[in-house]
Parts: sequence; structure tokens; C-alpha cells
Amino acid sequence: MSALPKLAVWKFASCDGCQLSLLDLEDHLLALAGKVTIAYFLEASSTVLPGPYDVSLVEGSITTPEDAHRIKQVRRQSRLVATIGACATAGGIQALRNFTDVRDYIPVVYAHPEYIKTLDKSTPISDHIPVDFQLPGCPINKNQLLEFIKALLQGRTPRLADESVCLACKIKGNICVMVAEGVPCLGPVTHAGCGALCPTYHRGCYGCYGPKEAANTASLSARCRHLGLSDQDIVRLFRTFNAYAEPFRQESLAHE
Amino acid sequence: MSNLHMGDEVVLTAADLATLYDILMQQGFQAVGPTIQDGGLVLDVLGGPADLPQGWTSEAEAGSFRLAPRTDAAFFGYNLGMESWKKFFYPPRLALLQVQSRDDGGLHFQACSQEALPLALIGVRACELAALAVQDRIFLEGPYQDPVYAERRRAHFIIAVNCTEADAACFCASLGTGPGVTAGFDLALTEIINDREHLFLVTVGSSQGAAVMANLPHRPAWEELRQQARDLVRQAARSQSRALSTADLPRLLYDNYSHPQWDDVGARCLNCGNCALVCPTCFCHRLEDAIDLEGREAERWRLWDVCHTLQFSYIHGGCIRVSPKSRYRQWLTHKLAAWIDQFGTLGCVGCGRCLVWCPVAIDLTAEIPAIRGQQVKM
Repeated sequence: MSALPKLAVWKFASCDGCQLSLLDLEDHLLALAGKVTIAYFLEASSTVLPGPYDVSLVEGSITTPEDAHRIKQVRRQSRLVATIGACATAGGIQALRNFTDVRDYIPVVYAHPEYIKTLDKSTPISDHIPVDFQLPGCPINKNQLLEFIKALLQGRTPRLADESVCLACKIKGNICVMVAEGVPCLGPVTHAGCGALCPTYHRGCYGCYGPKEAANTASLSARCRHLGLSDQDIVRLFRTFNAYAEPFRQESLAHE
Repeated sequence: MSNLHMGDEVVLTAADLATLYDILMQQGFQAVGPTIQDGGLVLDVLGGPADLPQGWTSEAEAGSFRLAPRTDAAFFGYNLGMESWKKFFYPPRLALLQVQSRDDGGLHFQACSQEALPLALIGVRACELAALAVQDRIFLEGPYQDPVYAERRRAHFIIAVNCTEADAACFCASLGTGPGVTAGFDLALTEIINDREHLFLVTVGSSQGAAVMANLPHRPAWEELRQQARDLVRQAARSQSRALSTADLPRLLYDNYSHPQWDDVGARCLNCGNCALVCPTCFCHRLEDAIDLEGREAERWRLWDVCHTLQFSYIHGGCIRVSPKSRYRQWLTHKLAAWIDQFGTLGCVGCGRCLVWCPVAIDLTAEIPAIRGQQVKM
């Protein structure tokens, strides 16, 4: 029997939601289990096989000195590293602390601050090691994850769109909430992949998938001002799950 | 009933619209037309004239669209919604092909069925007929016919509507594509609401249209009504505040590839692709293959695509249009210049959708004069 590719799933600072997307593959999961050896996936199994691994899926951001060290070990043992989700790809919601001083928060949250050892910033995996693929999203889309894994197994390039959320909206026939209702929407600057989930339910896009390539956040902000948003509103618009992704970070800082 | 011919003008009452609908149903058509959904006008299946946005009007401007109630009960008292009719002939998402691997190691290819119900399009405006004619050239009249488009375009019934009011976004009058319809319809309606009567002046545009009208209790048109209809359409043309001058248009764009206005619009453009997606003539698409995990079954899909993405201009070795401004310039230059070289017609019909549904209100009727070095008078 030829050896199956070994898959490892690693968790750093995160909510586990993206790992759940893997378990959420349901019907496809059994088929997948026949195609890869799940060698390290603590959320699914306590069985741990030693490295090296063919593919490492990394969830979560780097927030502690230990994790900054551990991610380097993951890289050393992995042929391919792919980040899954906004935390691993952009620093996550916890990167909101990057805009303040984390030391101010520790005594508020923890009874014994002296036990807490944390880094100043929550940073994406790519700040620490070379990353081969990045799957954005909070959480990732399970179909995108499946497409990524299938592409690896079939030896082809994964089909991961680089366009804005608007394309999905128009293909679905969603009436644009920004134009028809004056609702601020990050869709035009946000990476596709969610299937335009929020606009389909008449909400502006929250930017869960982070900035698309060449995201023109300044122009969108100018229009949001025209729609009546204050600087503070614009800061909040860009400071969510991908607050530390560079175009969103710069845009929120410009309105602080 | 009298024998009707192309060009004949007759009169229906508003109540006759239901009978017209019923006749089209009896002839096996599926009626589609504007409906109100989610605060917009959506082209969808009509259960009857009652599904039309009766008593509503549309207020469109660059970057903004709103529906508002009218003071009368007009069936067609609004202009254009976000969607155009192209979605029925050139669907946004379409399965083309299925492939299965056989046990003997071979492959089995199966084209997906493209059968579609014959449609009755109700409420098609002049600019939209012009847009359909442009897409006909692209999909039917070139060296390669698109079989999906050809099949869907084969059998249908078009009830056109003359615009008697214009939105602030309309500029069809400057391109000669509206607001009155001239060709490409089976029946054309002009809706006229007087003190006592709610009428439609109907122009017969085809033998198919004449046959349908013969089954309806129509009256011959009288001159005063004809004059009123002409005045309304003329007024809709005169009230248009936007215009696109086509003078020297291909040359202007080809000669001004480095005009500073491209930097200006490039700084505003989001590269989101909305202008191309709502454009009734844009036709770019991509093919996507979906393969199952086992590698035994595959599907090929066709999806709308836009020239505003980086990936769109990818060829071996990299992407050609990296800067955002180069992508907008590509879209506009193709639409207003290269389109003429390629298809013998302008790619713009003056419907204004690209400027209405641009999230940041980029307006080609302002960009072109800026490239000409003119100030825009609004």
C-alpha cells in the first residue's frame, strides 16, 4: 500500500471555528479520510503520529513567545503550510489589541497578571514563517477548504478567487445594499469566498475574508463619509476580524 | 377583429393588460418582468400584471438607487433596476458539461441540457433592446455562435415600453438608443394616464405581436393620443441631464492612454467589477471545473467574470493589468472604443447602470469629458 499524504492541523490563538469547518465537511470527511492520513488533529483525534507532514493546516495567530517558537517547529516538519482563517492569515479579532497597549488589559482580565506571558501584538503566521497558501475567512468556507485539499491531492492549482465579494453578489442577483439602501458595505474591498453571505441577508459585508488584492479602502471610506459615517464609524468598520491586515489597518489608522 | 400589421397603432385599457398576460400564458410563454424585491427592481417570473411595480417610481443617481411611491397607478412608472435582461439569455452561472470516468478507464462526456422555457419579456426599455442587439452581435453574429445564447434567444415575445420619464442616470437620448423604442419588439406600449382613463398606446412590431393583439379587445388609436405619446417620449429625452458625446470616441481613448484622468479615476475605482456586472452588454465569463475528491466526476461551469480583477489578465508568467487604473481603463476603452473595432457597434447603450451601481459613484459621462479636457456641466 502506498503511503497516503500526511495531514496535520495545528492550533494557535484562535476559537477553533476553522478546525470545525474541517469536521463540518461531513459527507466528504470519510472520503477525505481515505485519501490522507490525519496525522495530527487534536480537535478530532488524540492519536498523534510523528512528523514530517506533507500538509500542515495552521489555525490561529501568534500571541505568545511559546507559540512564536512552536510555529517554527511546525514549518520545519511540514512540506506545505497553509493558514486557515482570519487569525492565522491576518492576526484575527485578537489583533485589536495591537492598536493599544496589551499591558493595560492584563490586570483587568486576569486575577493573577504575574502568570501571564504574552507578546505585544497578535500577528499572522506569515510574519513568522514562510507560508505556502492562505485561506482567508472568519471562519473559512468549508467548500474552499475542500477545494484546496482536493487540488493538493490532484496535483493542480487550487481555484481560490481573488475578486471582491461584489462578483458573488451580482451572480446571485442580490440588490446592492450600499447603492439601494445606503448601508456601508466592505464587499467591494473584501476577498471573495463566503458566497456574499451577509449581503444576501441585507447586511453590509463585515469583511470577514479580509482585504482583496488592490483593496481601495480610501475610496470606499470617502464614500462612507458621504453616506454619513463618522471617522469613528469608519475605524470600527475596518477594525474587526481582519483589523491587522495591512490595507484595513492603514485605513482605520487614517481615521483615528 | 381587424387584421393588424407591423407598425399599426392601437389602444388598450389598463385592464386589458391581464388579458394580454393570459394570452401569452396560453401560448406557452413564461412571463418575466420587473418586480419589487429587497428594495430594488428584480426581473423575475410574473404571476400576472399585479406583480409589476404598479404605483412605484425609481430615483437613480450615481451611486444611489431608491424606489418611491407614485401619485398615480402607472404599471411602468419607473426606469431601470440593477439587473438587465441579459441574465435570461446569458445566465450568470451555468453548468455546461459533466464528465465521468468509466470503469474501463475511459471518460464519458455529457453536455448539460440547455433547454429553456420560451419567455415573454414584459417591460423592456429602448436602451435594453439596444443592449440585446449588441449581445446578439457578440454571441450570434461573429464567427463563433454561442449555442446557449442562441437557444434561449430563439423563441420569445418582447413587450417593450416607451420611457415617458427619465432617471437622472439616463443618457440614452445622446446615444440614439432611446427613450422611444424603434425595433426589436413584438409589441411596444406607451402608458398614458389621463384624468379619466389609464391607457396603453400599442405599436405592433411583428407578425407574432399582431397575432396576439388580434385576440385582444383593442381600439384604433386616435391622433390626439398618438401626439400625447410622442410628446411624453420627447419630454423623457429632453429631461435627460446626462449625455455621452461619441464624437471621435475611439480616437480620443486610443490617443489618451496616459491621460492624467486615468490616475484620477484609478484612485477612486474599487476594482470591484460592479459596472461590468450590471452592464447589459458586458459578456466576459470564465470557465471553472469542479472535480470530486475521488477524481471520478467533474463538472464545467460558466460564470460571469469581469476585467477588473487581477486574475482576469493572467497569462503565463503573470498578470498584464496590475494597476487598478489600467483595469478601469481597459473596461472603458473596450466599451467605448475597441468594441466598435471588434463588433461594429458601441458597447454602451446609455442605460446608466454602471454609474448607478458603482459603490463610489464613478460616472463615465463625467470621465469622458474630463479626458476630453472639458468641464462637466451638471
